[in-house]
Amino acid sequence: MRYVIPLLLALACIPLLSPPDYFLHLGVTVLLTAVAGTGWAMMGRYGLVSFGHGAFLGIGAYTMALLWNMAGLTPWVGIPIAVILAALAGVLLGYPCFRLKVVGHYFALVTLAAGEIVRILIVALRDHTGGSLGMTPDRVPPDQGLLAMQFDKSGFWWLALLAWAIGLLAWWLLDRSMASKALAAISEDEEAAASIGIRVTREKLRVTLISTALAALAGTLMAQYRMYLNPESLAGLGISLQIVFGAIAGGMYAPLGPTVGAIITIGLEEVLRIAFGTEFTGGAPLIYGILLVLFMIYLPRGIVGIVERKRRSAAAPLGLPVGAK
Amino acid sequence: MSATLELSGIHAGYGDFQALFGIGLRVEPGEAVGVVGPNGAGKTTLLRVISGLIRPTAGSLRFGEQDLATTPAHLLPSLGIAHVPENRRLFPHLTVEENLKVGAFSPAARAHFAERRDRVYDLFPRMKQRRHQLAGTMSGGEQQMCAIGRALMCAPRILLLDEPSAGLAPIVVKQVFDLVRRIREEGLTVLIVEQNVAQVLRVVDRAYVLETGRVAAEGRSADLVADPAIRRSYLGGH
Amino acid sequence: MDSFLLEALVNGILLGGVFALPALGLNLVFGVVDVVWLCYAELVMVGMYAVWFLYTQAGWPLWVAFAACLPVVSVLGLLLHLLVVRPLLAAPPINQVLATGGVLFLLQGAMTLIFRTDFRSLGVDMPPMEVGEIFVSGTKLAAFCAALVGAALLWAFLKFTYVGTAIRAIARDREVMPLMGVDPQRIYLIASAVGGALAGLAACLLVVQLDVHPFVGLSFGPITFMICVMGGLGNMLGGFLAAFIMGIIVSVGGFWGTTEFSYVVAFGFFIVTIFARPRGLFAR
Repeated sequence: MRYVIPLLLALACIPLLSPPDYFLHLGVTVLLTAVAGTGWAMMGRYGLVSFGHGAFLGIGAYTMALLWNMAGLTPWVGIPIAVILAALAGVLLGYPCFRLKVVGHYFALVTLAAGEIVRILIVALRDHTGGSLGMTPDRVPPDQGLLAMQFDKSGFWWLALLAWAIGLLAWWLLDRSMASKALAAISEDEEAAASIGIRVTREKLRVTLISTALAALAGTLMAQYRMYLNPESLAGLGISLQIVFGAIAGGMYAPLGPTVGAIITIGLEEVLRIAFGTEFTGGAPLIYGILLVLFMIYLPRGIVGIVERKRRSAAAPLGLPVGAK
Repeated sequence: MSATLELSGIHAGYGDFQALFGIGLRVEPGEAVGVVGPNGAGKTTLLRVISGLIRPTAGSLRFGEQDLATTPAHLLPSLGIAHVPENRRLFPHLTVEENLKVGAFSPAARAHFAERRDRVYDLFPRMKQRRHQLAGTMSGGEQQMCAIGRALMCAPRILLLDEPSAGLAPIVVKQVFDLVRRIREEGLTVLIVEQNVAQVLRVVDRAYVLETGRVAAEGRSADLVADPAIRRSYLGGH
Repeated sequence: MDSFLLEALVNGILLGGVFALPALGLNLVFGVVDVVWLCYAELVMVGMYAVWFLYTQAGWPLWVAFAACLPVVSVLGLLLHLLVVRPLLAAPPINQVLATGGVLFLLQGAMTLIFRTDFRSLGVDMPPMEVGEIFVSGTKLAAFCAALVGAALLWAFLKFTYVGTAIRAIARDREVMPLMGVDPQRIYLIASAVGGALAGLAACLLVVQLDVHPFVGLSFGPITFMICVMGGLGNMLGGFLAAFIMGIIVSVGGFWGTTEFSYVVAFGFFIVTIFARPRGLFAR
């Protein structure tokens, strides 16, 4: 983690060099995707595999946007409210799941159902949310932009960077805490963990709270940055799978893994979009799908996982291979 | 037709954990041989190596002319090797007859299904009564019968029995060993792994004593029963 | 009873029949191979395109197109197993599920590339029938009957054949199967082919009721997963019954509110069910 603070400072200086807008756009997108992926991986690395994290992006984004459009509440206040609400939704779903020992495939599919419910609710409440056509937050004149969190790409660069730093900080704090050891024990053997006094439900709930809050934070900023919300890109199975893929492709066991994953997924999307254009729609998801399969087969621990393994085996050639039990 | 099961210098284990260190063992056609020893001595591992569920890391493993170390596990029943696993491992949600049907899965056995099933029912009339009952609902002793019956469906030349008396009441244990004796009388070769040393030595001709993955002693049953060291360790004797 | 409500109930049962097939296929594969095919609905989608293409573009008779659809999707199931699932059999479940999730994107992309995103309709319909006070769609009734026949054939296969018995056995105890002379790899292949064929049959029944487009799988995929989980993953009978419960909830829910509302109710019911019975409604 030593290298993170200089990296953050360096990244924070980038808008001062007035880079092209396209670069800033990619950067903001990558950072926010990384925040969502970091949030997901905080659960995923302990075997709490959620296929519904899109729902928390959606709950966050729509809460913020509706508060702005209907009550005129600035996103500066709306975002904290939205994040708290989404985290509460996560706890509301998580509590019975953890209490009643819904694990593994069952947990994954319950979260998938929850994600779908949120997506369908957004569509069904079309009078307020615009349904599947999406909605746009009301714009304000430029002189009130700061108050309404509507500003240029450099502004969002710093905001996204802040969110990303919060994500890494949360990861770092969790990693250093006893909770991380407890969660690792739980993911190995839940009953054994409970028998040595680990409060399984409580530990899982805490990490769920952090994870869903980060997802919601990413969702609100994505929506506010794009000034557009729609149910497909902020809830539902598609976006949930993309978050998971990003985290796994980068490596969900390392703090920067999901960020590397976000660079890969966003980079891939851009390359495919430019390569195929509108001429061959479908080419992009086709190749994306193939790569996802190849990743799972050949690089299951993600890119960062491979790098770390090389480094560890170089440092301690007699040590156990990473992942050995 | 008959073939000798022959192991020499077998090393095997699970991942980094080695369970067997150079086991040698021989079972002649028509013989009944026991493998005894304390918990964790590697007895079950030994049977799993023979039936191909675990590959040996060194050593040779032959059944007659056949090299078992390279034969896929699922081909062994067609070669005449049947394995009744530890804890019976019946399919509890299938009926008795369906369990027998799974035992007759290999193409060669399917053609003889009806005939062999009837033979199993002759051997174990109780199974005939319970043929449409779910296997999981039967008593332990009945389940053991069913498991042995299932193994007999491939018309084996050698029967591997793993702890047939485990978890059964003493009276049922006696029944199970009577069963084994009857199977022997049918002319079947038997290799039986047991913790119940006193009982098994009454049924088998010869036995091997396994300790921490090595053969600690071997000999005719009568000699082993007479051996003071064996009596002290395994027969609770004097 | 209100005749409209009765009609909704009947439609729910008919819908349940159509949900039942993919639920059976998914459960079969999960029970045997222990892998969730996240792209199952997309296999159905490819089957729908196959029927649409053969019937409207190649001009084949409809029943021939139907008959061709089954082997096509069955082969797809085989390929999915051989190319994606088999290399991952020893991998953690999350990696297996995600790899099949990759196939979901792959199939959506491939179909978009070939057929574009237009909604394609088969353009066949059967006249509605009047039974007592209610109207029943002839198409839906025919689909329902075909689904029942498919389910019955599957049941007979599992009950009376050696392979079928082995499939029921392997779902409980994988490790012991080689001792029975069963090569698990072969059973996996057979289950994947049968699972694919069931997706093909479901495609035939759906393509007469729904327009096909590359994302049509998302409209019935999630509910299929929920049906499987409600019935208990790998529990064929449970999944079959759960399909009817979900069909009725969706249909009757739609009677009182919008379609979306009915799905929200159905999914909500699913979540509550899992809390009440974490291993499925019919877990023993």
